[in-house]
Amino acid sequence: MKIVVTVKLVPDTNAEKRIDPGTQRLIRTGVETVLNPYDEYALEAALALKEKLADGSTVTVLAMAPEATKETLRKALAMGADDAVFLTDAALAGTDTLGTADVLAHALKNIGFDLVICGGLSDDGSTGGVPGALAEFLAVPGITNARSLEIIDGRVHAQRETDNGYQVVSAALPVMLSVTMAVGEPRYASLKGIMGAKKKPIAPMALANIGAPGSAGAAGAKISLLSTAPPPVRGKAKVVEATDGLSGAQAVLDFLKERKLV
Amino acid sequence: MNFDLTDEQKAIQSLARDFARGEVAPRAEEMDREEAFPYELVRKMADLGFMGLPFPEKYGGSGADTISYALAVMEIARIDASTAITMAAHVSLGASPFYLFGTEEQKQKYLVPLAQGKMLWGFGLTEPGAGSDAGNVATKAHLRDGKWIVNGTKAFITNSGTDMSGGTTITAATGTRPDGRKEISNLIIPQATPGFTRSKKYKKMGWRASDTRELAFVDAEVPEDSILGERGQGLKQFLKILDGGRISVAALSVGLAMGAYDEALKYAKERHAFGQPISSFQAIQFKIVDMLCEIELAKNMILKAAWEKDQGRDFNQTASMAKLYAGEVSRRVVNEAVQIHGGYGFMDEYPVSRMYRDQKINEIGEGTNEVQRVVLARMLGL
Repeated sequence: MKIVVTVKLVPDTNAEKRIDPGTQRLIRTGVETVLNPYDEYALEAALALKEKLADGSTVTVLAMAPEATKETLRKALAMGADDAVFLTDAALAGTDTLGTADVLAHALKNIGFDLVICGGLSDDGSTGGVPGALAEFLAVPGITNARSLEIIDGRVHAQRETDNGYQVVSAALPVMLSVTMAVGEPRYASLKGIMGAKKKPIAPMALANIGAPGSAGAAGAKISLLSTAPPPVRGKAKVVEATDGLSGAQAVLDFLKERKLV
Repeated sequence: MNFDLTDEQKAIQSLARDFARGEVAPRAEEMDREEAFPYELVRKMADLGFMGLPFPEKYGGSGADTISYALAVMEIARIDASTAITMAAHVSLGASPFYLFGTEEQKQKYLVPLAQGKMLWGFGLTEPGAGSDAGNVATKAHLRDGKWIVNGTKAFITNSGTDMSGGTTITAATGTRPDGRKEISNLIIPQATPGFTRSKKYKKMGWRASDTRELAFVDAEVPEDSILGERGQGLKQFLKILDGGRISVAALSVGLAMGAYDEALKYAKERHAFGQPISSFQAIQFKIVDMLCEIELAKNMILKAAWEKDQGRDFNQTASMAKLYAGEVSRRVVNEAVQIHGGYGFMDEYPVSRMYRDQKINEIGEGTNEVQRVVLARMLGL
């Protein structure tokens, strides 16, 4: 079967993030681009599934990003994806969450798939809205927040994480599925994978190839970003000197009681 | 000129960094305290291809270049010197002699499993009475009934006694040359050779998780074809092996300095004195800037030596300068890193105290600072 993993390319998660006050967008210059960490879990789930199936199934990664970040995709290939599709187009700048899902759905229909696996959300925008909308646009069953998955007789069986535990659900392929971090730690790209990745294809794709949906770009966006602000600066921590563990614990308990937290 | 790393070199550097931070960092302190050899980490490094990083794929290696190798050693040493020397000694001293001088049969038999990281291998040059004058080998081997009979002692041999060590290649006097001087050859000695024993691990000041032992040979018998490459070429061979080793030891040194710098910078921003972070004081700022400048210089020199090697050029002088300079930089940087930490830098719970102990050997191992200066002076024709 053909597994496609959607991958977002985001500014280095360890770098300090700054917003351009003019455009209200993240400043990407001078900051390295990395695979969205949540999407690495999606890729891990796809690679583990491919290995388990061992039936000639393939893993393709699909990214929608500016041209300059293309080589970032090599990491996904080094980790073990078979090939990549790189959707880039100047007209995509400013696409909102709904538009992103629409554009990705057009791209996925063009590529073809049995199973689409997404990360739960992106490290930069953090809307978490793409997977659900993507299932809708693809008109396939959407299983979100999966913590494990397997394929049995052409159906996906997955455990969906909930606040209190998990649900066991199943749906006939093709399926769109998003994963949580419980699905398994992403593997390291091996040296062999790195050396082999440069020979794997990254196919270019533009909006014209997929019927240029009107939802693309700032013009197609339904949500307007009005303003952004940095998180409030944390107040000064209260420091209590304790002579031993017991009096330290008592001080912590008193503090929590005082705030009515216990 | 172009200082950009290739995408592949960047990917290998980033893999080594992620691995060091994710896998090595959580274990480094305990490994040092318990003097515990990092079997699990070596297995993981083998799976990822680090143990055969610069060797061709047809010999079980990863086929990467010397620059990538140096970058990988730096990133691992940045977190833990013991793990880094285990890998670097394996690649540069254990496996590379087979790659450089082994017959095709020896390459298949030894280099392939070594590059795959299935076993470790030592290189025995130093003796209790022959360090800097390594040519003055007291270990002897003579032929008897088609076998080499080896007698002697080797000192400070890395990776020689772990549960996954397959053997050690040693220098020995195998006869007398026509000019009356010793004929030196390298002999391949598998672990199970009768008459070959390893001491307990040395108690060391630093590199405590790495495996370092004294080797004893008492009428140890190996087959006649146990000579590495050609008989009588031992001296030339080990000089060439050490040339390449200098790049990796230099990378170890600068990696350690980078790690000490990281810790010092972090601490200087966190630690407050007189109502402000100590990083706001010029006394601290100047130290940090000096550390960074020296690290950058040493790193550039190492990468230049690695580049020269990758280009097939003579890299000996640059590698010697890099080894000497990086070793001394690691001392100055780690010393200031402890100083910035104040009293806490003297405490075991801060990584800089381990780094301080791990540093000294950088100025001794694989040619002391003094020997590097002698080598360099000779290159200048002095």
